Amino acid sequence: MVTAEKPYKVVGTRPIRPDGTDKVTGRANYGADIRLPGMLYGRVKRSPIAHGKIKRIDASKALALPGVRAVMTAEDLPRKGRREFAPLGSVKISLATLSGNVMARDKVRYEGHAVAAVCATDPHVAEDALDLIEVEYEELPPVLHADEAMLASAPLIDEELHTREMATGESAEEPSNVAMHFVTEMGDVEAGFAEAEIVLERSFKTKMVHQGYIEPHNATAFWRHDGGLEIWCSTQATFVMRDHLAGLLEHPVSKIRVTPQEIGGGFGGKISVYLEPLAAVLSRKTGKPVKMTLTRDEVFRATGPTSGTAIRVKLGAKRDGTLVAAEGELVYEAGAFPGSPVAAGVRCIFTAYAIPNQRIDGYDVLVNKPKVQPYRAPGASAACFATDSVMDELAERLDLDPIALRLKNAAVEGTRSADGAAFGVIGNRDCLQAIQSSPHYRSELQGPNRGRGVAHGYWYNAGLESSAYASVNSDGTVALVLGSPDIGGTRASIAMQLAETLGIPAERVIPQVVDTDSVGFTSVTGGSRTAFAGGWAAHEAGLDLRQQLAARAAKIWGVEAEQVRYRDDAVIVGPAGEDGGERSITFTELAAKLARTGGMIVGRADSNHASAAPTFATHVVDVEVDPETGKVEILRYTAAQDVGTAIHPSYVEGQIQGGVSQGVGWALNEEYRFDEKGRMENASFLDYRMPTALDLPMIETVLVEVPNPGHPYGVRGVGEVPIVPPLAAVANAVHAATGHRFTELPISPAAVLEKLLPGEE
Amino acid sequence: MSEKVPVEVRVNGELRSAAVEPRLLLVHFLREELGLTGTHVGCDTSQCGACTVLIDGRSAKSCTVFAVQAAGSAVTTIEGLAEGEALHPIQEGFWEEHGLQCGYCTPGMIMAAASLLKENPDPSETEIRSGLDGNLCRCTGYQHIVNAIARAAQQG
Repeated sequence: MVTAEKPYKVVGTRPIRPDGTDKVTGRANYGADIRLPGMLYGRVKRSPIAHGKIKRIDASKALALPGVRAVMTAEDLPRKGRREFAPLGSVKISLATLSGNVMARDKVRYEGHAVAAVCATDPHVAEDALDLIEVEYEELPPVLHADEAMLASAPLIDEELHTREMATGESAEEPSNVAMHFVTEMGDVEAGFAEAEIVLERSFKTKMVHQGYIEPHNATAFWRHDGGLEIWCSTQATFVMRDHLAGLLEHPVSKIRVTPQEIGGGFGGKISVYLEPLAAVLSRKTGKPVKMTLTRDEVFRATGPTSGTAIRVKLGAKRDGTLVAAEGELVYEAGAFPGSPVAAGVRCIFTAYAIPNQRIDGYDVLVNKPKVQPYRAPGASAACFATDSVMDELAERLDLDPIALRLKNAAVEGTRSADGAAFGVIGNRDCLQAIQSSPHYRSELQGPNRGRGVAHGYWYNAGLESSAYASVNSDGTVALVLGSPDIGGTRASIAMQLAETLGIPAERVIPQVVDTDSVGFTSVTGGSRTAFAGGWAAHEAGLDLRQQLAARAAKIWGVEAEQVRYRDDAVIVGPAGEDGGERSITFTELAAKLARTGGMIVGRADSNHASAAPTFATHVVDVEVDPETGKVEILRYTAAQDVGTAIHPSYVEGQIQGGVSQGVGWALNEEYRFDEKGRMENASFLDYRMPTALDLPMIETVLVEVPNPGHPYGVRGVGEVPIVPPLAAVANAVHAATGHRFTELPISPAAVLEKLLPGEE
Repeated sequence: MSEKVPVEVRVNGELRSAAVEPRLLLVHFLREELGLTGTHVGCDTSQCGACTVLIDGRSAKSCTVFAVQAAGSAVTTIEGLAEGEALHPIQEGFWEEHGLQCGYCTPGMIMAAASLLKENPDPSETEIRSGLDGNLCRCTGYQHIVNAIARAAQQG
């Protein structure tokens, strides 16, 4: 369902995707499909323990195995200092962290941490060689829970890590597992709670979960003899990959070319480097291309996931439901190196609501688990789970409709969030109202053990740099060259925006994603930025083309360029000619004349706009809980979202349905389980259970379109916010069905039975 | 390295033979030996279904079958589904109904759907969902995939 009429010809339609046939016929080339002459196959030797010192690595037996060509360890990578950084979007990332995670040096920090890599002429030989690499460890006690890790008595994962107070920039004197402490304050929290007539304070826990993309990580590298380094891989960020490799390998950016292959899902988990530097070093050592592919077991143990969290939320309200104060404490597991998404959690936890007095504390805490990576709206889902569970209880206590309570407190244009920023035009209330008036919410849910829950979430979206080149072909088509790897159909949604700008049909724009030498700098496919920023770059390239095409027509007609204009219907018009009629030529006619009238034309853009706009989502879900088995079944799910302008509504629906599906998995089944030594117990899709088609009903979508005034086509970015509300929505529905509040995820059958069965308390 | 053994399989209508290690999985035989990389590997443990192919007309996860076990069988991969220039109705359905985002699970989904529609040419939505229970998609939430298969069934 789409709620708005739009003044566009292409934007808002649903053309079939340009890369569709390759993907339905098996011809699309993903990273693992690469095959080069003389190629070697690499594998990674990994730590079987969660915490320990590396005493010795002996690869001599592996190197003696016929077919083995080289072995590498951290000694083959430059040692990076703690204060050396590589750029990552609008922030930067420590090269010591990146390098340390890519391959353990001196110490292993989690089970699965890479300690060596080997390459051989055959993948089976490379696998056999792993057992022949001898590694001796001195085992150390692992720290597996953030609350233990924060204690002064906890074993230190990094003896040189000192808590950094982000408000002051100062570092603590004593080392600690707490990497960072964030504080955001607004108003007077004590006075706010004193004014409150009802105060609720609850604590919540979520487990580490994985992005769960179906394609495992892969990389192929060829270090040419002239020092040129070629990388083919599945990445969300070719230029980030190039820059990080340059830092990690101390190799010039100009010598590294990253060619993106089709990518089989990412959700934030395919931004970081893992295999690329290892394949590069092995290629340098052997003079051959080296391909590496992870197994699913390795994907679980050594890539992703997102943080397990412990969040305390305290809300104070008036009897009429008006929120007057909020306090939040967010403790996020960073994994074995700093860098959880707790800052984003702090930024999002109360921001959908106008609350005058707030204090939020966030802690980034090291534990002996895999280093976390971004996962779709990083940090926001767990924060929303906490806040919107308390909101649900507040509505119940005050006998208010849960949507009405949220509408009463919804942030509007001009509302300031705790970080001081004021909202522009937003669709916050619109989403709540869309659910309030939806057939789903207005229907009555009947039957035993059933319940309905709602939740409401916020995400801020990113802008950043994108480039585009658009070449006019003589047949009236336009070749569009992009630097954003296409995960979910962005070739189509970006091409559509160029088509709209030029006034030509979508299928006349032929987009392709190219390597880092073939297009200008383009930041990560992430942060819901690709349709926003890529589309803007394509639009600017289109404006450039319009101007050049008008100038060419002027030249052909022998008139001044200012007298000619490019109309939105792709007709170029000029002053009246000798016959008295207006001069005009269509885009297609002019395209055919370009070669003979001065040459072909290329439009280009390197754009960087900071006007990404926030999005909101309101979800309602009906569940049925089986009191015998504890299984929670999703009966019906509706998601309303402020999508700005839906460029391609089917893809917007797909993003929402995909985000909801991941959120439902997170709420009900998904979790990393570790034994007491920090070894992951469920590193397969059999034991880490993601939703199947049978686990989900049709996910109904309501596309609320409140265009972003800071974008030529009103794009806000849609990919991330749909994963924000599901955790709370499902938990609230389970409460409605059972009368029990679930403050820990997942709400697995076992967790449900524990609450439902008498005598188990 | 173990001794290689000869294997002969009819793949997409053509008889293919090779000498392979007994431990070589069918999926690797298809991908590495025959270059048919449309069959994907997602999990190694037969849950994700990205490697689904048809063996003698029935869907099978090619990561659970050794190449030598497929000897003498007829294997159809995603590359062999379209006839000539025309896409198979299921392929067309996935394209037209936007039944994919990243596209990685798509070949396996299509092969599972081919097997499903052969057994049940007019499935209900629940039957489609049930038929896809062995195939994971992380991008779409399955709705557009279900629509794609329903469309193919109608056209079929």
